[in-house]
Amino acid sequence: MNRAREIIGRQMTVSEVMFEVEKDIIFYDQSDGGVTFSGGEPLMQPEFLLALLNQCQAKQIHNAVDTSCYAEPKIVEMVSERTDLFLCDLKHMDNEIHERFTGVGNSLILDNIRRLSEAGKEIVIRIPVIPGFNDEKANIEATGKFTASLPGVIRVDILPFNRGGKEKLARLTAESKLMQVETPGEEEMNSIAKELSKYGFEVKIGG
Amino acid sequence: MNERVAKLRKQSVETRPYISTERAELMTEFYKSDIPQRESVPVCRALSFKHLMENKTICINDGELIVGERGPAPKATPTYPELCCHSLEDLRILNSRERTPFVVTEEVRKIYSEKIIPFWKGKTIREKLFGAMDQKWHQAFNAGVFTEFMEQRAPGHAILDDKIYRKGMLDFKRDISENRKKLDYFNDLRAYDKDQEYQAMDICADAVIIFAWRHAEKAKELAKTENDPIRRSELEQIAEVCSHIPANAPRNFWEALQSYWFVHLSVITELNTWDSFNPGRLDQHLLPFYEQGLQEGTLTPEQAKELLQCFWIKFNNQPAPPKVGVTEEQSGTYVDFALINTGGLRPADGSNAVNDISYMILDVVEEMRLPQPSSCVQISKKNPDRFLKRACEVIRTGFGQPSVFNTDVIIQEMLQDGKNMTDARAGGPSGCVTISSFGKESCTLTGYINWPKIFELACNNGIDPNTGEQVGLPTGDASKFDSYQQLMDAYKEQLRYFIDLKIRTNNVIERLYANYMPAPFMSILMDDCIARGLDYHNGGPRYNPTYIQGVGIGTTTDALTAVKYHVFEQQNITMDELLTAMQANFEGHERLQQRLLYRTPKYGNDDDYADSIAEEVFNAYYDLLNGRPNTKGGKYRVNLLPTTVHIYFGSVVGALPNGRKAGEPVSEGISPTQGSDTKGPTAVFKSTARIDHARTGGTLLNMKFNPDVLAGDGIDKLAHLIRSYFKLDGHHVQFNVIGAETLRKAQQNPERYRDLIVRVAGFSDYFVDVGRDLQNEIIARTEQQSL
Repeated sequence: MNRAREIIGRQMTVSEVMFEVEKDIIFYDQSDGGVTFSGGEPLMQPEFLLALLNQCQAKQIHNAVDTSCYAEPKIVEMVSERTDLFLCDLKHMDNEIHERFTGVGNSLILDNIRRLSEAGKEIVIRIPVIPGFNDEKANIEATGKFTASLPGVIRVDILPFNRGGKEKLARLTAESKLMQVETPGEEEMNSIAKELSKYGFEVKIGG
Repeated sequence: MNERVAKLRKQSVETRPYISTERAELMTEFYKSDIPQRESVPVCRALSFKHLMENKTICINDGELIVGERGPAPKATPTYPELCCHSLEDLRILNSRERTPFVVTEEVRKIYSEKIIPFWKGKTIREKLFGAMDQKWHQAFNAGVFTEFMEQRAPGHAILDDKIYRKGMLDFKRDISENRKKLDYFNDLRAYDKDQEYQAMDICADAVIIFAWRHAEKAKELAKTENDPIRRSELEQIAEVCSHIPANAPRNFWEALQSYWFVHLSVITELNTWDSFNPGRLDQHLLPFYEQGLQEGTLTPEQAKELLQCFWIKFNNQPAPPKVGVTEEQSGTYVDFALINTGGLRPADGSNAVNDISYMILDVVEEMRLPQPSSCVQISKKNPDRFLKRACEVIRTGFGQPSVFNTDVIIQEMLQDGKNMTDARAGGPSGCVTISSFGKESCTLTGYINWPKIFELACNNGIDPNTGEQVGLPTGDASKFDSYQQLMDAYKEQLRYFIDLKIRTNNVIERLYANYMPAPFMSILMDDCIARGLDYHNGGPRYNPTYIQGVGIGTTTDALTAVKYHVFEQQNITMDELLTAMQANFEGHERLQQRLLYRTPKYGNDDDYADSIAEEVFNAYYDLLNGRPNTKGGKYRVNLLPTTVHIYFGSVVGALPNGRKAGEPVSEGISPTQGSDTKGPTAVFKSTARIDHARTGGTLLNMKFNPDVLAGDGIDKLAHLIRSYFKLDGHHVQFNVIGAETLRKAQQNPERYRDLIVRVAGFSDYFVDVGRDLQNEIIARTEQQSL
């Protein structure tokens, strides 16, 4: 493979996206499924997202937004009015650690999740379990407590770290620090699932 | 499984198939006598069958409950020299080839060279058939444009209904006799022919009764010397069963299975029917015996299951008779395509037919893990989800069974073919995917037709680039075509020519079987042969369609699409450039090949551009073929399936405009070209549903999954996918749950495995797209799971 710049993805209009979405209506109807807008970060393109969500509502297609929740509260509010289900990432409960690893603190994220929950939205919390970063007991406990305090959470998915991003990272940069992290074992995932389920919600590995 | 079943299974799995000359010797002995000079052809066939059944070795294996083998022992495989007499060279190949070998001993070679070959040479159906074909047929056959199912095997695809569970051979003899008495020699000018057919059927019924009695005698004999009192009583019971059925209707579960098994062995001894023979809707046939046994306290569920398992092993003991040449290429497998049906609807009232035996059969399939018999579930919207999900669980175990069929579209297909509602519901897929009305139909498949080869001929003015011979019509120099429509018209002209050629010659082949190779025993079993006094090969059955199986819709569509898109719409490649690159097998034209492979709409991605061409390709075939008359009162019909012929067909086709290189396999069934579907399974289902399945007699769709994809609620998702495809009137889908070995191949040749889906973590992705590290991880995980 050469290392020349390659365009991944392409520009699409709202109606082009909806054309693709509607192709699978027969499958949504059979399985009570629908469309998930993910990313990247869909809240980074709020106008486009809102237009798509409006179309989904008009066509009665169940929709979900998969987001880091790092966005202006105003945008979150506008999106939430048109969204059936939120899949919210929760990476770490400690503000400083969060900032050190992701570049931003978590207070806006936690506030947004709380607001969504209090607005009565259905939420699935998704935690990428990354050994050495967020799998220690204190963080799991804090995560459990926070999540238990939210009324709208229907499930927590814990996602074992995988190396699927390695290829993408290699395309973007020569460094690959991340790759020294191992995928957590089945035992560790089970023990985290057990710990979290003490807080009274459904926990799913994988999801 | 218990110790008995495990032992019998081990014997079946570990014994290598080998050639037995017993049948060939008995047939030779019979045909050397003066009987063939004295008797009519049907009576002679019947007497030769009786000679076999009276004299073949009787085999009762240690510990078994269901008895009888086609050869002298498990995996001893007979030959059928009256159809195809193997040469010494054939025997050498059978003994040494990599795929589906048969052990041929020196003794077998000696008997063949001294007795069998000298007598049968020049007298076989194979020689008659090849001799009756004209030069055009031979040119097309040799070029690989089509194959011929009946050049060394008798017509198959005969599936039984419930009649043998209600009637014994003595009842059939009465039916035969009553019809024979009614023959009207004044008004029915074929009365004598019918009289001879009736006489033949009657002799065959006796032959089968004698065959069963010989097993009863053998069991009694073994019982006398048996020291184990439990086994002794089993042998006594076997003797009791075999002296009652199939002369009389079965009285219980055990007798029902044994009765079917004698009938099965008789059919596959009479002739080497391709696509074997099978009991059809076994769950429905067995239910009354099961319920009665439970009620009377004479049968437990465990006993019923054990008997079913013993029954399963009997199928696996009978490899498909050895095939040679193109027939081996198109169907290179030991599997003889006995396909046990479960589920679906009850014929009389159309209600849900899933019962306790349906689930028990799935348990047996899961536990036995045998390639034979094959199994399928029929799924109607009336069948419960839990049945479909149980089937998905068995699919997940990863040996390709059961396949899944859409009963609701099958019924539409049957009605479209002119069947009545009850017969439509009583049927289902037989063999591979082709529908037939069980117990009432001769559904003859006469050969595969190579659409990509026909396309190649359209690109080359009818000249086969492999040989320079004018195999097709001169439809013009494709480099001068100035519209896509011209190429499509040329393709359709070639297609018309080969369909005409195939039909014209098949109408000869059908008469060869009707005149020289009647099957009077099979005729007893198929309505309305007795009522009509006509043989199974001569229009006796109620329904008599003939199928020519279209192969390569994916490849042909993609080839046409590439020309339309690049040459005539985008105009970024000229027809000349394209033909030159094809001739060079893309060597030196790699960039062009890449564009054709990766920058072109492809069938299988829910993309209207390509899928509308697939529809046109299908409709062209349907319009030219469907509804034309055959010689048996039936019509020609369309189905789309490949068995293993897509490999052979690919080997004779040069490079094509879809970027496929010379010799690579063509697409199989209605599946997209290997590796060209990149939009996931829902897109594949949407594309393949563009074909109007209800107008076919069957379509085949293969999908591949890694076992992880089906973990956890993967079963629910799979069931939803299947239900959705069936709402779109899809006919059939089967799933290959793939192993580590395939994953390694995919790592080495990613371009061929672009459609392979694996579970990563919380999501599924294309294997070729996940990067080497993750690929290795998934391979390791898959290996672990398969332990």
